[in-house]
Amino acid sequence: MPEPVPLPREPLILPAQVGRDRFLIGLLFARSISGTEAGPTQLAIGELCSGSAAKGGSNGAPSTLQVSTMAGRLAVSRWRAAPSAAGRGPLLSCRRWSGAKADTVYDVVVSGGGLVGAAMACALGYDIHFHDKKILLLEAGPKKVWEKLPETYSNRVSSISPGSATLLSSFGAWDHICNMRYRAFRRMQVWDACSEALIMFDKDNLDDMGYIVENDVIMCALTKQLEAVSDRVTVLYRSKAVSYTWPYPFTMADSSPWVHITLGDGSTLQTKLLIGADGHNSGVRQAAGIKNVSWNYDQSAVVATLHLSEATENNVAWQRFLPSGPIALLPLSDTLSSLVWSTSHEHAAELVGMDEEKFVDTINSAFWSDANHTDFIDSASSVLQSVVGFLRPTKVSARQLPPSVARVDARSRVLFPLGLGHAAEYVRPRLALIGDAAHRVHPLAGQGVNMGFGDVSSLVHHLSAAAFNGKDLGSMSHLTGYETDRQRHNTALLAATDLLKRFYSTSAAPLVLLRTWGLQATNAVSPLKVRSLTALQELPTEEGLCQ
Amino acid sequence: MWGGRKLSSSGNRFLGVLRSRCWGTQAEGARLTSSAENQVSWTPQTKPRVFSEYRIMWFKSYRMTFACLNRMKIYRYPWRRLYSTSQTTVDNSEIKTFLALAHRWWDEQGVYAPLHSMNDLRVPFIRDNLLKTVAHHQPGKPLSGMKILDVGCGGGLLSEPLGRLGASVIGIDPVDENIKIAQHHKSFDPVLDKRIEYRACSLEEMVEETAETCDAVVASEVVEHVIDLETFLQCCCQVLKPGGSLFITTINKTQLSYALGIVFSEQIAGIVPKGTHTWEKFVSPEKLESILESNGLSVQTVAGMLYNPLSGYWHWSENTSLNYAAHAVKSTGQEHPVPAEFVFKGETEELRDKDSTNPGLQEELKK
Repeated sequence: MPEPVPLPREPLILPAQVGRDRFLIGLLFARSISGTEAGPTQLAIGELCSGSAAKGGSNGAPSTLQVSTMAGRLAVSRWRAAPSAAGRGPLLSCRRWSGAKADTVYDVVVSGGGLVGAAMACALGYDIHFHDKKILLLEAGPKKVWEKLPETYSNRVSSISPGSATLLSSFGAWDHICNMRYRAFRRMQVWDACSEALIMFDKDNLDDMGYIVENDVIMCALTKQLEAVSDRVTVLYRSKAVSYTWPYPFTMADSSPWVHITLGDGSTLQTKLLIGADGHNSGVRQAAGIKNVSWNYDQSAVVATLHLSEATENNVAWQRFLPSGPIALLPLSDTLSSLVWSTSHEHAAELVGMDEEKFVDTINSAFWSDANHTDFIDSASSVLQSVVGFLRPTKVSARQLPPSVARVDARSRVLFPLGLGHAAEYVRPRLALIGDAAHRVHPLAGQGVNMGFGDVSSLVHHLSAAAFNGKDLGSMSHLTGYETDRQRHNTALLAATDLLKRFYSTSAAPLVLLRTWGLQATNAVSPLKVRSLTALQELPTEEGLCQ
Repeated sequence: MWGGRKLSSSGNRFLGVLRSRCWGTQAEGARLTSSAENQVSWTPQTKPRVFSEYRIMWFKSYRMTFACLNRMKIYRYPWRRLYSTSQTTVDNSEIKTFLALAHRWWDEQGVYAPLHSMNDLRVPFIRDNLLKTVAHHQPGKPLSGMKILDVGCGGGLLSEPLGRLGASVIGIDPVDENIKIAQHHKSFDPVLDKRIEYRACSLEEMVEETAETCDAVVASEVVEHVIDLETFLQCCCQVLKPGGSLFITTINKTQLSYALGIVFSEQIAGIVPKGTHTWEKFVSPEKLESILESNGLSVQTVAGMLYNPLSGYWHWSENTSLNYAAHAVKSTGQEHPVPAEFVFKGETEELRDKDSTNPGLQEELKK
């Protein structure tokens, strides 16, 4: 067996299907308008730039010489690329496994038992075409089970879109969530701190727009459902993969075609398909040598559980774009809401450190203050408002006022840094990335976990069809289908979120005016609104949901 | 099998042209990577191509695609021709050229890519038609309890999916090396290892042992290469249980298949020596049907299949003038069919002449 050769250090083309990933260009745009950070992140743009050029195949103008030199190198190293690139990482050893046939061979191993990884294992466990398959879930943490629901709400909550709820109910987890607790919201109001502009999403038929659920509650529901299929899905808690060995592209003399995994305790196992669901610092992604475009925002998010001054219907999700970052108030119960406030690192640290009374005052003023308004923008916005009112007199867009906050739950204040990341590839032979391992997003649209559940839904759909056709689960022929579906969706959402974040991080008058009019116009034109809502809610599209 | 290899996507079109040999992967097959630890210190990247270059590459690679196809046919041909004839016709030099390619069976983007992608059609075709015959099936392994004989299994490309669906499969192929590859490949999968059995032998050698035991016989891309089609189909019929299913995929005998399968790949692309393919051996569905009916098999379905060399996928089609798939069911009655030679004397004369050099086999079959 040939020893892996080191890859040339020169730039590499990212080979990918033509026609995929055009949205990365959108990301570029989002990136370039900010133009503030330099250094590593700027270099990352260069990276992204050439990546998307390679993918789009229609922009960029390299010299022919460079191209052919590179292609020549690639031609030499292509078969060995995957193992050798990975071999340079600390996580991987490039042994060939010829004799170790005694290892258990799983059909699917999911690495990472967070919300998305557990949902993946669950969805496969309940899929009818997977009844004869062996699935393993690796989770580094302990098993979390509750005897009964804790009184206090957790400060980590997720906004679950109806699409994600459909996925969760397809394998029964949603019923558990309903039996524990969740809060549906029927309206969403987003408005600007620098003007009167606002957009109000609501559904005419009083359908739920989404649900605010504590992460712990979702996790508990998934754990229960995993227990129910323990004959098919094995869950190893407190175990972590320390190394992965990738197979050669197709079976050669005596090399095993499966992915070999070594666990922390030294035991080894094999799998036909490895699913990386191990978060934004994904070890699987790094071991595979998949490039990840990422940058950290100059923001941290502060989360807290808040008590409202009076009990209300509390079925609206509120979000206001402050120049320092978006602040959101998400309903938990009649008297409780959850705060997600993205702001500068210093301000976030200050918010977490300040005494409770001052913290509450700061939040209230963040939602109510008009200090950032300017007369110019206000009059410009009222002009557009009256034009809209003239054109569509029936349209009443009454601004609602958010509830005021009375106090904060003790010890519920936590901050965590924010960033964006996107893996250049979601799949390799015998490997698929899902959730944050493939994409990390700013929480302003509340889409992180929904994108992950969307990945689960799409991947299960493709894998289920593959299993029913008797295909090798690790084959690229269906994995690329998953990748194409999801990258198309995720890159668009990622780019849009990044753009929004940057667009609203300024109080410069021209941009404020632009976004004010943009928001007002979107609010007035219902097709636009419906479109943006559908995109956010990740409603079932043609790719279908696993059922 | 006339179809060409799947056109690779852009990244590899490029590479393929530059390489003297076509390794024939798709971009996804050879995902290139750089060091993972270096995510921050990027080096500036060159952009791979401008649009016009892309177009040129496309055309080059299109031509190359068919070059591959033709090479594949060279290698595929000899062992197919060996099929169901006596072993004395084995040409060792041809076997060698085939052996050089044997390890490529499981390269999904390699020379056998069309066969891999044909699984998307033929596996559901076999599965669904077999499922019609059973009242209910086990979820996860719908074909469990069924015994399937895969005639001309090659590297086991079709045997493995059928095994994954729960069937117990016997794959036979006259070429030892193919069986070794198939055996080796399945040995890594503990489940398939139990469900599939491979043997290097011809169908005739199996008849005695497996007479009337198989729920299904699959002869995919085989019948256009056998010398005595009629005997071959008789053997298929003999190993089937009454009510069992025979699945055949092959190429039609039409002007179109002549134009694309023979003229284009041999004369236009110019790599295969003239006369490598025998259009005369291609079988029309009508003829196939007549032979099957005369052997007590009733044809249920004949469906056309089209290969798109650009996308690399097969599609079902109304049109059976190129490739087609057929499903026939062995009658449960005991009546003996009219011998086929009276019906098809004209067409089969030549083939039967050849076959008469092997009278022992004939006798055995007719008893």
